[in-house]
Amino acid sequence: MSAQAQSLVQSVDWLAIAPPTLAAVVGLVVLVTDLFVGDNRKALLGWVSVAGLAASALMLLPLLDGDRSTFCLTGDADVCSYTADRFTLVIQFLVLGGALLAALLSMTALKDADRELPEGEFWFLLLSSAAGAALLPASRDLATLIVALEVASLPAFALVGIKHGDRKSSEAALKFFLSSVTATAVSLMGISFVYASTGTLYLTEIATRIENVDDQLQTLAEAGVVLTLVGFAFKTAAVPFHFWVPDTYVGAPLPVAAYLSVVGKAVGFSGLILVTVIALPSYADVWGPALAALAALTMTVGNVGALRQRSTRAYSAVRLLAWSSVGQAGYLLVPIAAAAYSEDAEKAIGSTVAYALMYAAVNLGAFAVAALVARTKPLNRVSDYRGLYASRPLAALVLGFFLLCLAGLPPGIIGLFAKVTVFSAAVDAGLGWLAVVMAVNVVIALFYYLQWTTLLFRAPEGEPETHRVPAPLTAAIALTAVLGIALSGAPQLILRFSDTGLF
Amino acid sequence: MIDISESVMQVLLAFIVVGPLIGAAAALLPAPPGLKGKSPEQAVLRHGVSVTGAVLIAAIVLTLGFDHDHPSKMQATTDISWIPALDVRIHLGIDGISLPLLVLTALLTFLCALYSYFKMPSGPSPKAFVALVLVLESGTLATFAVLDLLLFFLAFEMVLIPMYFLIARWGGEQKQAAAWKFILYTLLGSVVMLLGLLLIGLKAGTFDMVALATDNHPALTTSVQVIAVLAIGIGLAVKTPMWPLHSWLPDAHTAAPTVGSVLLAGVLLKMGTYGFVRILLPITPDGMSTFAPYLAAFAVVGIIYGSLACLALAKKGAKGDLKRLIAYSSVGHMGFVLLGIASMTPTGVNGALFANIAHGLITGLLFFLVGALKDRTGTTDLDTLAQQTGAALYGKAPRLGGLLAFAAVASLGLPGLAGFWGEMLALFGAFDPADDLSRPAFLTFMTIAAFGTLLTAAYMLVVVRRVCMGAVPQEGPKLADVQSYEFAAWTPLVVLTVIAGLWPKALLGLTDPAVQQLFAGGTR
Repeated sequence: MSAQAQSLVQSVDWLAIAPPTLAAVVGLVVLVTDLFVGDNRKALLGWVSVAGLAASALMLLPLLDGDRSTFCLTGDADVCSYTADRFTLVIQFLVLGGALLAALLSMTALKDADRELPEGEFWFLLLSSAAGAALLPASRDLATLIVALEVASLPAFALVGIKHGDRKSSEAALKFFLSSVTATAVSLMGISFVYASTGTLYLTEIATRIENVDDQLQTLAEAGVVLTLVGFAFKTAAVPFHFWVPDTYVGAPLPVAAYLSVVGKAVGFSGLILVTVIALPSYADVWGPALAALAALTMTVGNVGALRQRSTRAYSAVRLLAWSSVGQAGYLLVPIAAAAYSEDAEKAIGSTVAYALMYAAVNLGAFAVAALVARTKPLNRVSDYRGLYASRPLAALVLGFFLLCLAGLPPGIIGLFAKVTVFSAAVDAGLGWLAVVMAVNVVIALFYYLQWTTLLFRAPEGEPETHRVPAPLTAAIALTAVLGIALSGAPQLILRFSDTGLF
Repeated sequence: MIDISESVMQVLLAFIVVGPLIGAAAALLPAPPGLKGKSPEQAVLRHGVSVTGAVLIAAIVLTLGFDHDHPSKMQATTDISWIPALDVRIHLGIDGISLPLLVLTALLTFLCALYSYFKMPSGPSPKAFVALVLVLESGTLATFAVLDLLLFFLAFEMVLIPMYFLIARWGGEQKQAAAWKFILYTLLGSVVMLLGLLLIGLKAGTFDMVALATDNHPALTTSVQVIAVLAIGIGLAVKTPMWPLHSWLPDAHTAAPTVGSVLLAGVLLKMGTYGFVRILLPITPDGMSTFAPYLAAFAVVGIIYGSLACLALAKKGAKGDLKRLIAYSSVGHMGFVLLGIASMTPTGVNGALFANIAHGLITGLLFFLVGALKDRTGTTDLDTLAQQTGAALYGKAPRLGGLLAFAAVASLGLPGLAGFWGEMLALFGAFDPADDLSRPAFLTFMTIAAFGTLLTAAYMLVVVRRVCMGAVPQEGPKLADVQSYEFAAWTPLVVLTVIAGLWPKALLGLTDPAVQQLFAGGTR
């Protein structure tokens, strides 16, 4: 009896699943606490959430000593639903760190909104979404993967539309919601095809079984592969699934846009990596060219879109960051595509991870400075940044640094070397044409990044306004700046992922 | 010449590369008490002079400590691992090829800083100006001192942003467009170059220039080399600039402030040709010999094109701009450098390296002089300057006129001055190119290039006639003659031009053994 019970009940490694679980639990705690906290002490919720995210990130530390797996098949201990390997930990760190920085930005935004935004709900949604995003890289079966994807996305829809009575916000949320749901539905259909042809949901099992699929089911399996990728490509904001990005970013509160640009993307590309490299390595000839084409299209469309932004249009700064994030998504896809052609797929994947870490730090930094400027210039046009150096020299220098990191030019050394790893993944895999397309894109991107940077140091128009910068915002800017500068001095800190196996 | 221990040499070289960077950061901070000077502007400009001065002194000491008996040996080498994941090492070192360029850079930057101390270009705060010049200096010095392909790329990119701002902020008319053209052109080139560098590094398994040059790497097959040379060559050719990729240069020079032009012509262009000699010749000889005839052909077209463009600009009524004219003359001069490299012979490469230095000295001087002329007359337009009879600089400001004539004559390659030897050796190299290159083709190139020297002489003499000679108006405003700070900034260039012309062995003695070694299997 007891032996049988043991074989039915999976043992759970609570430590392994602590990071996403803790984030979810703190989210619930905040939601409940909100009911008991008076209006004047709502700021407490923000600090609890920030502390919760920091604690979940710290929970990654005990996991560093080795790979752990849990929720394994009772019959076969090698087949698990949840694995905390190096890849998982790095992406979880990225997601939780990104959410933490977005939370710091949100504290100021919520305070400035002066109870226009429902605080308890906001923090609950943010933490739930972060929990889902942290669960995703650890998922090793398609069902968990889709659940994690949805847990990460559903709260995000609500976050985008959280500005009550703001038409732009609700419209953005609806647009985001409808397109995202469509993509997920397509993805689910793909998964069902894959399941139908292989009979399993576990990624490693799919990898072995899909090689011996019945000839009759071959087409079904191939269609399944392509459709599955669609949902994740949507999250990464790859072209042609990018059209929601600019409007959604503009409609959403700024910290939410920052969150989506980093954590949303991390969700997308880690899902893509898991599905392609772990589950479907034998179908590399299907997804490899598809992803390469997608990468080329994404970066070109994104960068050209950013180039076309007029600096005097309302919200052009966020719009520009949105389009540039589409372009950056293209660079992120390059190594994944290269993994299809390269002998050492893990090394190529590592380039994506390294690039994503760099991108997360500097893009959140850019959003943080944008949030600072938006406090006095709510329209947030690029032209509003003119003469920022005169009123806030440090913020201007830091923003210039972030933008040059995104462009990949010294003094943004880490941006430069992150691009070099992506290039080297492409060259190594023999994707010369993709590398050349990317080279042209780097030049296009430099144009708008540098245009913005020069604007910062122009002579200001009118008297510079100054106000005290709230502590959380200062902390977010300082944290990202220190990260960016430290990484520029020691790029090995993140580039090492492009050199070692992650799985 | 003097015995300096290796570790001191290492520190010196590291200081030369990193010193300006630290200086740039310090320039942005408020001046410490005791160094405040008369005004914050004056303090920061003085800071620029002292940092570049310190770097120049370090470079001179490094030259003195350099083992002149073994210039083919890498000296003052440092080799520390920096980014193991990408196999990037902080590998610094100098040999007879890089040392002259290093000293030239340190010297020109110091002279520019000195000149700016007395004559700050009009524009925003000098603080940023000094910081940018120092970052620029660090980037160029690093380009000549690093021995790692990716580090070379980093240094190559480092100069873009400072130069962009120098042109866009402190420049003259059309400065925005010119600055954009400069940065987008060169960035496109250097990103393509990165692809080639990555191809070499990934195939061979190392990014170390010394290892790549000395060891035999079977993975670098001819086809790999051809692709790599094409990619890297495009990047370097944009920077050099080689015809037809030169079109950013005239605009950039015309718009840049005097100091920017001097540095652009004097040192930035050399980064391109240095890359050809340091990377392409020793590491990818097969690919290089495939492209050498094309390179030579483009170089020769550049020589003729540059000279004809100058002749057209120098004509009466052409509204030619003097700075633009010198920029086009640079295209011609760099054509000689490329021709020397393309011959793939020690003679030709020695000539190329010599012409590099000579061009840095002479064109640097020319841009200084034209800048001074602009300060005095407010224009660099030849027609406005010359009016009916000529600008009569000999009469109005005899010393300035004399110096201008001297620089022009040096630039056209008068024997006895620096401009002569480099071009002659490059032509010699083309006369007898490497064995696997077509001799008839190179003989043709040589003949055309030799004709180019005649054209160069023609336009330079036209310029001298129109600017320096002419009737002195009786009641016109007198021009201020050469000031003492201008003398201070220009004398070193004049003296070195004469020395290099009369005693070419000083330079060739350094480069020749290193070049011989380069062809015999890389600098050790």
